[in-house]
Amino acid sequence: MNFPILSSLILLPTIGAFFLFFTRSNQKNNITVKYVALFTSLVNFFLAIYLWILFDQSTSEFQFVEDRVWIKDLINYKVGIDGISILFIVLTTFITPLCIISVNKSIKNRLSEFLIAILIMESFMIGVFCSLDLVVFYLFFEAGLIPMFLIIGIWGGSRRVYSAFKFFLFTLLGSVLMLIAIISIYWISGTTDVVQLYELGIDAKYQNLLWLAFFSSFAVKTPMWPVHTWLPDAHVEAPTAGSVLLAAILLKMAGYGFIRFSLGLFPIASEIFTPLIYTLSVIAIIFTSLIALMQEDMKKLIAYSSVAHMGFVTLGIFTIQQQGLEGSILQMISHGLVAAALFLCVGVVYDRMHSRLINTYGGIVSIVPKYSVLFMLFTLAALGLPGTSGFVGEFLILMGAFKDNFLVAVIASLGVIIGAAYMLWLYKRVVFGKLVNSDLKQMVDLNKSELFILSCLAVPTLFFGFYPEPLINTIEVSISNLIKVYNFNIIGN
Amino acid sequence: MTNLTLVFPEIFLSLSIMFLLILGVFKKNSSKLIQNISLIILLITSVITLNETLGIQEILLFNSSVIIDYLSSFMKIVTLLAAFLVLVISSNYLKILKIFKIEYPILILSSVLGMMIMISSNDLIVFYMGLELQSLALYVLATFNRDQLKSSEAGLKYFVLSALSSGLLLYGCSLIYGFTGSTNFNIIANQLNSNEYAITFGIVFILVGLAFKISAVPFHMWAPDVYEGSPTSVTLFFTMVPKIAALTVFIRFLYVPFLNLIDQWQMILIFLSIASMLFGAIAAIGQTNLKRLIAYSSIGHVGYTLAGLATGSNDGIQSSVIYITIYILMNLGLFSCLLMMKRNNKYFEDIEDLSGLSKNHPLISLSLLVILFSLAGIPPLAGFFAKFYIFKSVLEQSMYFLAIVGLLSTVVAAFYYLRIIKIMYFDKEKEKYDTDHGLWLKFSLMFSTLLILIYFIFPSQLIEVVSRINII
Repeated sequence: MNFPILSSLILLPTIGAFFLFFTRSNQKNNITVKYVALFTSLVNFFLAIYLWILFDQSTSEFQFVEDRVWIKDLINYKVGIDGISILFIVLTTFITPLCIISVNKSIKNRLSEFLIAILIMESFMIGVFCSLDLVVFYLFFEAGLIPMFLIIGIWGGSRRVYSAFKFFLFTLLGSVLMLIAIISIYWISGTTDVVQLYELGIDAKYQNLLWLAFFSSFAVKTPMWPVHTWLPDAHVEAPTAGSVLLAAILLKMAGYGFIRFSLGLFPIASEIFTPLIYTLSVIAIIFTSLIALMQEDMKKLIAYSSVAHMGFVTLGIFTIQQQGLEGSILQMISHGLVAAALFLCVGVVYDRMHSRLINTYGGIVSIVPKYSVLFMLFTLAALGLPGTSGFVGEFLILMGAFKDNFLVAVIASLGVIIGAAYMLWLYKRVVFGKLVNSDLKQMVDLNKSELFILSCLAVPTLFFGFYPEPLINTIEVSISNLIKVYNFNIIGN
Repeated sequence: MTNLTLVFPEIFLSLSIMFLLILGVFKKNSSKLIQNISLIILLITSVITLNETLGIQEILLFNSSVIIDYLSSFMKIVTLLAAFLVLVISSNYLKILKIFKIEYPILILSSVLGMMIMISSNDLIVFYMGLELQSLALYVLATFNRDQLKSSEAGLKYFVLSALSSGLLLYGCSLIYGFTGSTNFNIIANQLNSNEYAITFGIVFILVGLAFKISAVPFHMWAPDVYEGSPTSVTLFFTMVPKIAALTVFIRFLYVPFLNLIDQWQMILIFLSIASMLFGAIAAIGQTNLKRLIAYSSIGHVGYTLAGLATGSNDGIQSSVIYITIYILMNLGLFSCLLMMKRNNKYFEDIEDLSGLSKNHPLISLSLLVILFSLAGIPPLAGFFAKFYIFKSVLEQSMYFLAIVGLLSTVVAAFYYLRIIKIMYFDKEKEKYDTDHGLWLKFSLMFSTLLILIYFIFPSQLIEVVSRINII
């Protein structure tokens, strides 16, 4: 393989953005601008699918590795993928075109700038998932702040400035400690190349502090309780496409980071800090689910449910069981699809009624039947009904948790019940019941593009719910190798 | 005769200054001509420096009171180019303020001469001579808009406080001379006796003087007032050019004669660095005037530069040099934007005046966005790499406290950079600004923005150039 397929994946959206930069967006060429962006992201999606087909599932080695000197004697630009990262890349390239299609009247001004931000964001996100050097990873991880800050701040709702600042500063604060840890690793081990670090291992006496530094960054990004407070604000104020990107992909960067770096580089520290993660995850699951019950704003409710779902993910990761880790990755993929769809569903009604409050709605089932069906599907997927992708992930995570720690698993299972409660209650209050608000009668059902986007998300949600084999096959070898190395390191010390 | 070719840049510059003075006296209305000649002189001087001295490992001249080495050549070229850019983009501003006089380029040239002498100095006396030459020119420059109260106030403040610091510095020099018997850096290094407390006193006094010149906390008080009061083009000069020379002297002074006393001065530098980083970040939050804000932000950046020096390693020195180079580049862009904010021949310098800039002037605000994110140290922009190198060398010496404080203060600093971005991008637009900017102004803004933006593609080049600096 000489063709640098991963670099092309990273670069393509930026090139598309570069073209958009030279088109002034006005009423006339808004369509053109959108098509250029859509075309770019679709090409990227098919490239990612092609990558998935080429991907060799039988090995846990990194594939499609590109290794170039970047800063001489210091850092190499190194990218490559294994079973863990490829799914996230496919997810990213799948969600981005949907985001671009979903951009409609809600973005009134500066459309081309908005699409530029989204495309650049896509570049950075793909970069995060395939970088095999800590500095390169940090670069992509942090760079994503810039477009997201602008997306929330320029095109967001009324409290957008507060939310954008909170998002930026929270994440930055977490990340700077990770930068210190990365540079320290360079001085401790003499390299920041992840593959070499896997082989060399990091001296046990440094691992705890380094783990904590990485944790501070990932915990904010995940987000874990108690540093999750930026997420509801950011979600509520961001425009729909921004919320979708945030929920579907940005949150996954941290989960991915936990697996790749926390488990992979610091196994001894991970073992020590597992109780901490368990505690925080369980609190996140129960506490934020309860908060979600009380929300009046639909977007906020879904945001809190995201925190709870990510609680499951972190719980699953640190069970260090085959099922738990596989479940976590499936849960992340599924959450990527479902949360994206739910935010889009909220966007649909918001575009029509300009309200996100639950009590504005009620009894819309007969007015917008198509919407109600799809919304129900995603509600059920979010609460993990068997037959949807949400079930597979949650089930595997709980199975892994039962193997490792009975009590934690029991409490987490309670969270599933509360999760069902708030999702169903949300659905009941919005869709069923008496039609009180007479303005709702003017609501129009899904138009073609909305129907298309939601169906695109519904198909994989159902498909992977019934048949998760393709996903599991892809990640299985890499995960089992990760666990093998992990246990080897633990016993070795 | 070899001696003279090596200092030919300085000789050429001083002869040109004298020539320009005479020209200015005899030819009426020659400001434009003199401005253009000065620009050419700066370019020629930098070419001569490049030709004659770059590539020389280390040569001592004039009874080893002047040193020509890679550090001095590099810093001289940076100084000259920075001065060139300052001069070339400030002409429009000066014309509009009606202070486009022949003295302006000549004063800049003489302060540059002083800086070049400082950069090459290997002797306390030579160093002091250069320092005073540049300071005298800078006092006058600060008051250049003499009809304005603020400008006169800035100049007076700068003069009084600077004179005080020069006094402290001289006192330190005399202490060191008294206890080592020489003013030459190399001889001092040989004569050092670490049991003499007086030498430590001397170092402290000189450090105070130097810290004042680069406005490190707690000797920063003059900076916000002077930066705000001086004409913008002079502020631009202040934030960029004198810092290069002062940093070079800092490096030379700490690492040539007093490397063995590192235990004595390292703590001082760490304190200066931490205080500057924290104070620069926190004090800038409440500012409403852009020039004042830049003053505080430059205090913060000086803190990062000093963090590199505090490491006591070659890596640290190199990272500081890289930092100051990238910082100058960012500042150039920042001030280019500031100089573009004019409406009906009136310049605006409040943060609120940037409100909604992105709608009226999308390109300017995009450049400013890039520059500000880079100043905040967000990857993948150049400012991130500058900080990265600094913290890499800081952590090499296991100075974790310094690194953590430094990086946390970048988060605080990010807040006020974000605030400017917020005002530009999220707030309602105001009236449009004029768009008749000079070609050079546009060029310097584009030049700095593009370099900041694409630095991450070629990060090795600058390192390779700087890695030849070898002091220890």
